[in-house]
Amino acid sequence: MDKYSNDRESLMKEIMAMDFTLYDLNLYLDTHPCDGRALMLYNLSVQRALMLKSMYQNMYGPIIQNCFTSTCPWQWIESPWPWQKGV
Amino acid sequence: MWYYEKKLEYPVKIKNSCPKMARYVITQYGGPDGELGASLRYLSQRFSMPTNEAKGILNDIGTEELAHLEMVGTMVHQLLKDVPVDVLEKEGLGAYYSDHDHAVYPVNASGVPFTAAAFQSKGDPVADLVEDLAAEQKARATYENLINLAQDPDVIDPLRFLREREVVHFQRFGEALRIVQNKLAQKKYFIKKPY
Repeated sequence: MDKYSNDRESLMKEIMAMDFTLYDLNLYLDTHPCDGRALMLYNLSVQRALMLKSMYQNMYGPIIQNCFTSTCPWQWIESPWPWQKGV
Repeated sequence: MWYYEKKLEYPVKIKNSCPKMARYVITQYGGPDGELGASLRYLSQRFSMPTNEAKGILNDIGTEELAHLEMVGTMVHQLLKDVPVDVLEKEGLGAYYSDHDHAVYPVNASGVPFTAAAFQSKGDPVADLVEDLAAEQKARATYENLINLAQDPDVIDPLRFLREREVVHFQRFGEALRIVQNKLAQKKYFIKKPY
């Protein structure tokens, strides 16, 4: 594995971890809507996730539908799909 | 509506194919306690929930189950990838191959196709949420059985993640049930308009 794909993979892992934090807090907040500490953590994590995702999309191509602009040809189908083996 | 994110919720990187394990894991794709059934159950039941907390939790867990469906499908795809036909046949996938080749199709571990008959949408929020609690426990037990059957750490790792999510969902459904029951137990006041 070259350095390029290593960097890409570690950034993707960071995004996955941040999104997981957000998703788990989202479910928690659905049943604890007045927990101020959880809300603060959620709001902070949203900022961090947005920053990481825009960094990733600028370097390695789109990952979120409707949240990127494309050069020609259509960039969405250029990068590998997440189920592909050895990606 | 939904947007697709071109990534998995948790990494699935299975290096070695294993058709036998694919045959077992596929039950969480199309089986009675699988992710497709879970997702459709919650996304259907959400319409008749009485509180915002319950609507939210069913909507959001139903959405997460779609991400789990994608992870399980990815596992099956990677476990079956490039396996020669004679090996598939030897490992008990001859019948599957004749109908589906190396494709991913929602069936249970014994090959019975997915059926919506495995879940309910009752219109009674207590009945629905109690079913959801049981569903999470059944899925947890299935993941534990699959972990017992698996040898490859590449397979065990995502299975452990999916098992842990069932435990969290069970917790959240318990909280939603308590909120709904409190609301239903509240005294109702009817005010008559004076003429």
